[in-house]
Amino acid sequence: MGGLQKKKFERGSATNYITRNKARKKLQLSLPDFRRLCILKGIYPHEPKHKKKVNKGSTAPRTFYLVKDIRFLLHEPIVGKFRDYKVFVRKLKKAYGKTEWSAVERLRENKPTYKLDHIIKERYPSFIDALRDIDDALCMCFLFSTFARTGKCHVQTIQLCRRLTVEWMNYVIAARALRKVFISIKGIYYQAEVMGQPITWLVPYQFSHDHPTDVDYRVMATFTELYTTLLGFINFRLYHSLNLLYPPKAIVVTVLHLMFSFNAFLQEDMEKMEAREKEQKQQEAQKKLFEGLKFFLNREVPRESLAFVIRCFGGEVSWDKSVCIGSTYEVTDETITHQIVDRPNIDQQYINRYYIQPQWVYDCVNAKIILPVEDYFLGVTLPPHLSPFVEEKEGDYVPPEKMKIMALQRGEKPANEEEEEGEEEEEEGEDEEEEEDDDNDDDEEDDEEEEAEEKNLKKMEEQRSQGKSLQVKVTPGKVKVENPARLEQEEKAEEKRLAIMMMKKKEKYLYDKIMFGKKRKTREANKLAAKRKAYDDAEKAKKKKARK
Amino acid sequence: MEESSGSMRSSKQREEMKKVREKTARKRSKEEEEEQDQDQDQDQIFNFNNKPAEEEEEDEDLSDSEDSVYSGLEDSGSDSEDDEDEEEALDAAADDDEEEEKEEQAQRTEERRRKEGGVTDGKEEQKKDEYEHDSSDEEDIRNTVGNIPMEWYRDFPHIGYDLDGKKIYKPIRNKDELDDFLDKMENPDYWRTVHDKQTGSDIILSDDQVELVNRLQRGQFGDVNFNEYQPSVEFFSKDVMIHPVTNRPADKRSFIPSLIEKEKVSKLVHAIKMGWIKPRRVEDDSRGRYYDLWSTEDSSILAKHKMHLPAPKIPLPGHQESYNPPPEYLFTDEERALWEQQDPSDRKLPFVPVRFSSLRQVPAFPRFIHERFERCLDLYLCPRQRKMRVNVNPEDLIPKLPKPKDLQPFPTTQSLVYQGHSGLVRSISVSPSGQWLASGSDDGSVRFWEVRSSRCMKTVQVGGAVKSVAWNPNPSVCLLAVALDSVVLLLSPSLADRQVVSASERLLSGQDEVEPAEGAGPVTWGEAEGEELNQGIRLRIQHPKAVHQVVWHTKGDYLASVMPDHSSHLQVFIHQVSRRRSQNPFRRNKGLVQCVSFHPVRPYFFVATQRSVRIYNLVKQEMTKKLQANSKWISSMAVHPGGDHVICGSYDCRLSWFDLDLSTKPYKMLRHHKKAVRGVAYHRVYPLFASASDDGSVIICHGTVYNDLLQNPLIVPVKVLRGHVITHDLGVLDVTFHPTQPWIFSSGADATIRLFT
Repeated sequence: MGGLQKKKFERGSATNYITRNKARKKLQLSLPDFRRLCILKGIYPHEPKHKKKVNKGSTAPRTFYLVKDIRFLLHEPIVGKFRDYKVFVRKLKKAYGKTEWSAVERLRENKPTYKLDHIIKERYPSFIDALRDIDDALCMCFLFSTFARTGKCHVQTIQLCRRLTVEWMNYVIAARALRKVFISIKGIYYQAEVMGQPITWLVPYQFSHDHPTDVDYRVMATFTELYTTLLGFINFRLYHSLNLLYPPKAIVVTVLHLMFSFNAFLQEDMEKMEAREKEQKQQEAQKKLFEGLKFFLNREVPRESLAFVIRCFGGEVSWDKSVCIGSTYEVTDETITHQIVDRPNIDQQYINRYYIQPQWVYDCVNAKIILPVEDYFLGVTLPPHLSPFVEEKEGDYVPPEKMKIMALQRGEKPANEEEEEGEEEEEEGEDEEEEEDDDNDDDEEDDEEEEAEEKNLKKMEEQRSQGKSLQVKVTPGKVKVENPARLEQEEKAEEKRLAIMMMKKKEKYLYDKIMFGKKRKTREANKLAAKRKAYDDAEKAKKKKARK
Repeated sequence: MEESSGSMRSSKQREEMKKVREKTARKRSKEEEEEQDQDQDQDQIFNFNNKPAEEEEEDEDLSDSEDSVYSGLEDSGSDSEDDEDEEEALDAAADDDEEEEKEEQAQRTEERRRKEGGVTDGKEEQKKDEYEHDSSDEEDIRNTVGNIPMEWYRDFPHIGYDLDGKKIYKPIRNKDELDDFLDKMENPDYWRTVHDKQTGSDIILSDDQVELVNRLQRGQFGDVNFNEYQPSVEFFSKDVMIHPVTNRPADKRSFIPSLIEKEKVSKLVHAIKMGWIKPRRVEDDSRGRYYDLWSTEDSSILAKHKMHLPAPKIPLPGHQESYNPPPEYLFTDEERALWEQQDPSDRKLPFVPVRFSSLRQVPAFPRFIHERFERCLDLYLCPRQRKMRVNVNPEDLIPKLPKPKDLQPFPTTQSLVYQGHSGLVRSISVSPSGQWLASGSDDGSVRFWEVRSSRCMKTVQVGGAVKSVAWNPNPSVCLLAVALDSVVLLLSPSLADRQVVSASERLLSGQDEVEPAEGAGPVTWGEAEGEELNQGIRLRIQHPKAVHQVVWHTKGDYLASVMPDHSSHLQVFIHQVSRRRSQNPFRRNKGLVQCVSFHPVRPYFFVATQRSVRIYNLVKQEMTKKLQANSKWISSMAVHPGGDHVICGSYDCRLSWFDLDLSTKPYKMLRHHKKAVRGVAYHRVYPLFASASDDGSVIICHGTVYNDLLQNPLIVPVKVLRGHVITHDLGVLDVTFHPTQPWIFSSGADATIRLFT
């Protein structure tokens, strides 16, 4: 007895969370300002474990923030700036209403601005943190840099984005950091390795955007504001790491080889060291992939992307003078080794250069070797363009083109196509058999075999009886050889099955889930393989028809 | 025609004139504003002031003269005096006009003289004087009708009124086509004759006028002497005049300090003092300036962000996103249809893979901005959570059990099938010697089989579906209890030594003598007669209800029968064969009894109701334990030969193992079967137990029971036996172990009994 009655929702998780509206009121901000603040500070809502408890018994859907996060926001100087801005807008409106133009001018000159430097520093305490989070920033900046200068956002933002992205690309060229490129239907993916961090970004194709109406550009603009600041600081640091001046006066392309921290390697064992060294060597080789090659870009190919990629791997590149400034040599240059063309045919061809389609460049980069150009000639049906981001694990489906490339990487000469196809088929067949083994029970298979044998026998008998006079013949019985290995396997399988029966409920559930996932994977792989086989067969049939 | 075009031109020119005037006016006003920089040469300014004026006047003159020329009037000449050349030219033109006029007027005066007398001459002279300096722009002052269509006067003799209000008569002209033609042919001035509509007279243009028309047609200035290429003098230039444009004295207010301004300034001062107005901000370019932000990396802030979760990265694209994917990644028609049908959130891929044969054909991705925006939303609106992905090797989850190989012997293969029954075989029982097997079937027969040869030794038609058979476990007698309908039959199959047969006969017959008369209870004992006796049926124990199960006590004297019934307490009877006595051990109904069993050693009695197993002490006549089988409906029960363990099979596919020493809850629940468990059995010698189920399988498990009380029994499934065919959703109905060998018999709904060894 005694003591006050405990009130509900005054302790525990109910006090750790705060709804969005309450947070907004606490910060005395309007919803757009609150949104902007959350975006800039990287505050995101949290899902409480027990929603009803936190929601004070109600089950209404609400967004919850951590009280700690909101308290953290309270001390943000930018909140004050937001309020200033609000006041500024109010004053400006008033001045406009009174048509006091001098006041308008004066107010405009004193428009409150804010800087995001401290937020960047706070959100990304170390440079590596910032690098890790730069993917989205790059994607956004590349998107904004392609916007037309009509509405949607400030022209300065577009120009700044363009500048920063170009600077970034120049850094990647200078550091030779590009690793993978992928032409997708969405745009072109690039992956660079900067300070050991893989950084992927997506660049849309160079078309004007059809601006959707259901997109809030204010949100995007706020993100861009943050991202441009972030990217600027990162560019600064990266340029300085290459001993380059930032902001660059002119496009300076010097090739410097970065020596990243090697002390980390010392601690690891020798094997890993060796593996790393090998990798390093490979990387070095990849960096010099296009060295000594001279490219010329026809006007119909995506110039920026190709020039970027080729320069990243040490190739020389030029284009028609009328397309863009910066062309270094003409089409007529005799030393050009590759001309990149994306049209069905070309009238005037030089005999001492290859006319190839742009995919060759990208495929070479991904394969890390110079691929044979024959498949990429003018007007030729291109081989499929594979994603370099897919890393096939055991049991996954590997497209045959990838196998080919892998074989090339190992240094094997591509054999005659037909032979290879045969091999592939065999392999596939084996795979399928194995899969069947896994799936079916062994006794069933036995039965099947027996049945098959019987059928064969019957058929033979029938044929014989039809062909000639009835000939009674006793075929010698076969001794069924029991395969000891197989028996053992069966035994093991049964053991496993029995053991699975004895699993606890919880574990069984987990096990079943894992196995279900695995099975689905194999099923998908099988499906892809079957589809491919059907396609190849159809192609072959077509070829045969064409031959006839 | 010419005239009209001329008038058009003149109007145009007038417009131009106006413009020029406006311009000059504007410029002048501007210049007045720009009085600040007045330090300029005087001469220039003089030039300025003079020349434009001149030009203006010239312009005016021009237009006026033109007007006069076109209208053929002499008196509308300009009033400018300064340009004498112009005047002269004009005069020349005017002279010609005057001559013509005079001619016309002569004609008119003649007419008038006829009517009124010669008065007009003097008047006309006067008029001329009057309008000598008239500068009005009106084209025709002779006719005062104004700008009206002249057709209106077609039917009148006059064509209008002169300034005095007198009618102007049409000239007498009776020119027809022929006259016109003749005129054209003969008159050398025809080409320069112009018809004036307003006066209705023909005017012959003078040479000057013709030349003027020609020049205007060529687009030249009307004035011969006008030089259009003369160097233009900048009207307003950058040079500032030193003298003001106007000579007006300055206002008084320009010397007195303004009160309004003072008020304004004081307001501003106050506002600045109060901090309402901030001084103009110094433009700082630090906003777009970048520096090395991470020059001093301290880990102190890092610690603050322990709770912060970085946003997950966007998954990297796979092959199917390529612009030229391998053919197997493209959608087939069905896949595409499925994709279109699915809800966008259910789709595996957010896009349809497409193949383009070359890079130039790839269009822009229409949802690019959408996707970026959605990513933005995800970044700031999605709650983040650390999800622990279970990274377990599934092999590790499988418990490590002793290998079945090490737990041999147990039945592994089906070796014999006993065929002969035509209905499903509900119950089987093996003789204690292990030589004979009895089976009861729904076809109303009990068959005796020799175990090793699978030969049916004997068939006894009992006339009813046999529910249960049980061989007397006492090896010294050979008796079989059979339950069908509401009867329990005791059979003596005489399948043993003569001694044993006789012993059993004695057992059955001896009772009679011992207890000749039995009180009329619910159960009546009767002896078989006639045909039945020949078949080996010895005793009939008539029950009040249908009997489902019979069980022998280990000693072979007592026999328990089960009659499941909800409502009565008469569900279980225990019969003593030697004394032909029956008794109902329970006074109260504790639920539907499924099966019963005797304890192999102690005087305990197990009764399984739907959901629990009760253990009664028969000596003390009390319940000792109640086991909770966590299952819905118990189907069968078996007691371990040691007596400390019980297994229960249930219709909800479970098999529960009870350790009586441990708890009333099952020690282990085994969910091995897919369907209802129908029968369970313990081996008498080997540590084996089996369960039979409707899924057609018999699962043999190894169940070692240790003498050490601290060690729990070890249960390992060792073999799944299949062989029975599922008929009418029923698989294996009963299962029994061979008393000495590690063999197992199972009877199924497919009317067979199988032996697995």
